[in-house]
Amino acid sequence: MASELINNTMRLRNLPHIWCPGCGNGILMRDVAQAITNLGLDRDKVVIVSGIGCSSRAAGYMNYNTLHTTHGRAIAFATGIKMAKPELTVIVITGDGDSSAIGGNHLIHAARRNIDLTVVVFNNNIYGMTGGQFSPTTPTGSLATTAPYGSIDRTFDLPTLAMGAGATYAARGSAYHVPQTTKLIQDGIAHKGFALIDCMAVCPTYYGRKNKKGDAVKMMTWQKENVVMKAKADTMTAEELQGKAVIGCFRNEENVPEYTAEYTKLIERLKA
Amino acid sequence: MGKKVLMQGNEACVMGAIAAGMRFFAGYPITPSTEIAEISAQELPKVGGRFLQMEDEISGAAAAIGASVAGVKAMTATSGPGFSLKQEHIGYAAEAEIPVVVVDVQRVGPSTGLPTSPAQGDLMQARWGTHGDHPAIVISPATVKETYLEAIRCFNLAEKYRTPVIFLMDEMVGHLREGIEIPEADEIEVIDRTVNKNLTDEQAYSIPEGKYAPEMAPFGEGLHYNISGLFHDETGFPRGTAQSYEKFMNRLLDKVEKNRDDIEKWEEKFMDDAEIAVVSFGGAARSAEEAVIEARKQGIKAGLFRPITVWPFPEKALEAVAKKVKRFLVVENNAGQMVIEVKAHAGNVPVDFLGRFNGSVVDPDEVLAKLKEEA
Ligand SMILES: Cc1ncc(C[n+]2csc(CCOP(=O)(O)OP(=O)(O)O)c2C)c(N)n1
Ligand code: SF4
Ligand SMILES: [Mg+2]
Repeated sequence: MASELINNTMRLRNLPHIWCPGCGNGILMRDVAQAITNLGLDRDKVVIVSGIGCSSRAAGYMNYNTLHTTHGRAIAFATGIKMAKPELTVIVITGDGDSSAIGGNHLIHAARRNIDLTVVVFNNNIYGMTGGQFSPTTPTGSLATTAPYGSIDRTFDLPTLAMGAGATYAARGSAYHVPQTTKLIQDGIAHKGFALIDCMAVCPTYYGRKNKKGDAVKMMTWQKENVVMKAKADTMTAEELQGKAVIGCFRNEENVPEYTAEYTKLIERLKA
Repeated sequence: MGKKVLMQGNEACVMGAIAAGMRFFAGYPITPSTEIAEISAQELPKVGGRFLQMEDEISGAAAAIGASVAGVKAMTATSGPGFSLKQEHIGYAAEAEIPVVVVDVQRVGPSTGLPTSPAQGDLMQARWGTHGDHPAIVISPATVKETYLEAIRCFNLAEKYRTPVIFLMDEMVGHLREGIEIPEADEIEVIDRTVNKNLTDEQAYSIPEGKYAPEMAPFGEGLHYNISGLFHDETGFPRGTAQSYEKFMNRLLDKVEKNRDDIEKWEEKFMDDAEIAVVSFGGAARSAEEAVIEARKQGIKAGLFRPITVWPFPEKALEAVAKKVKRFLVVENNAGQMVIEVKAHAGNVPVDFLGRFNGSVVDPDEVLAKLKEEA
């Protein structure tokens, strides 16, 4: 029996989903649905845009206006939708590769414009859909099918990247921390401007197995035991934070001009 | 007819598009298409439309498709290298059945080529550039006035068939200035996509009996459906069998195949008693036409056959011409692309070719010399 939340926000006819047992994506998808529900948004006006990857399959299950696009370009499509109809709430669900490798350019430019999009990254530190190649967030030294001797690539920290590009809202959540992550996504959607929420997912099938992280339960337990809330992290030393992951909101800057609103002003000015 | 103005081809493209209802443009600058972005930036906000300068051509196409999904008529424009970058999204719009107009003001390639001299080397790319089988509607104007009017037709066909339409311009026409009379609003036909308000979420991609395109409302109007570049069922969700995929693909292709009468367009001049048919399109057809006129003066029975819709190629019309003429001469600003199509439909009639691909325009004198040689 599906819960009331699932009944109200998912396309039951399209379930069960394609994700592996133990995949973190289902929890994160539910967090997004819960955040939309908590905000009481009109379903007709909510658009979910996704790219290509395991994570991006979420769009098809969610009962809103959903656009499953091409690999890496979800943010660009979303930019067009938001610009054309600013009254729509536009949420992007994307993967670490989708958003920061092939789609990295669109990510930084959307952040720079401060266009009112909410980008939720299901970050499993790997290319899941194509079978376990390393991504820009795969920790250096990790094994992946294209890093058989350990990855030598340095990594992106997505909230830091987004803030560097001008994002006015940046946060990190995790699959294990459901209420906290839901709230972070909710605040991101409510934020008038570009918001990125980097959500630590788990991919037991590829990242986990290749790197001997154990099964899904073990990977989730790792999050439970090693994730530190930002407020707490702020009181800790760098040494104490070694090997930990910090979740919370890193920036929430209101009153920065939002892109589509600025354009609307331009239209009004030309009318006058 | 409305007021008379001197206008550049690229400007005519934008003004025609706006007359057709374009209210969204997204793109990235590249000569010789840049004026299309510049003029869109200037004119769109005046009519309540919106302009976006994106970070590259890929995102320009994506944003335009996104705007169309939200129900706003949208266009993107580019040239050469940028057209290569747009290909993936042309296929996406075809598969997901989203109306969008993609302008390519051709320049010499490959790669950066000879910037930014005229060429027509993207004819085949406009047909086959994106991967996989797909329908293609490609229109190529030869004059500034035609650019204005055909830009309107691009939008009409895109909306009617819910498919991407490529406006294949070239530098010659894009940068040409000619006097044109701007038609009044009531003199042009503007087609909007048909929307069936009675559809349920599950029926978004259903096809009405006897029609070729779905009729779902844009995003934001109460229908909650999925759009995907994956093969999908009537709900838009990726699901189906080999048989249903074949049926889907056939319908996509039939949008064009079964509606050739509506989509094809060509011009014939001096063809009634012609013995040599010169086949040419876009800017090159200007030189071809001049050569035909001069040849007639010199007693050579030449005529002009000019595809305006270049894809689908007006093959039945060309086959009819093949029954009447003794020779074809194909004139293009490339190393031989339309000539392949002409040969495929010319039957036993010999087909000659005159191509220029060094960055200069085909000269009417060259065409005339060739006609004399053959006469
Ligand atoms: C243009 C293009 N390049 C490559 C691919 C193949 N591809 C599909 S998904 C993917 C990676 C997905 O990784 P990520 O974005 O992290 O999503 P995940 O599957 O891990 O959720 C790749 C490389 C593609 N579909 N399109
Ligand atoms: S491959 Fe990894 S990310 Fe993809 S569904 Fe399986 S567990 Fe999830
Ligand atoms: Mg991933």
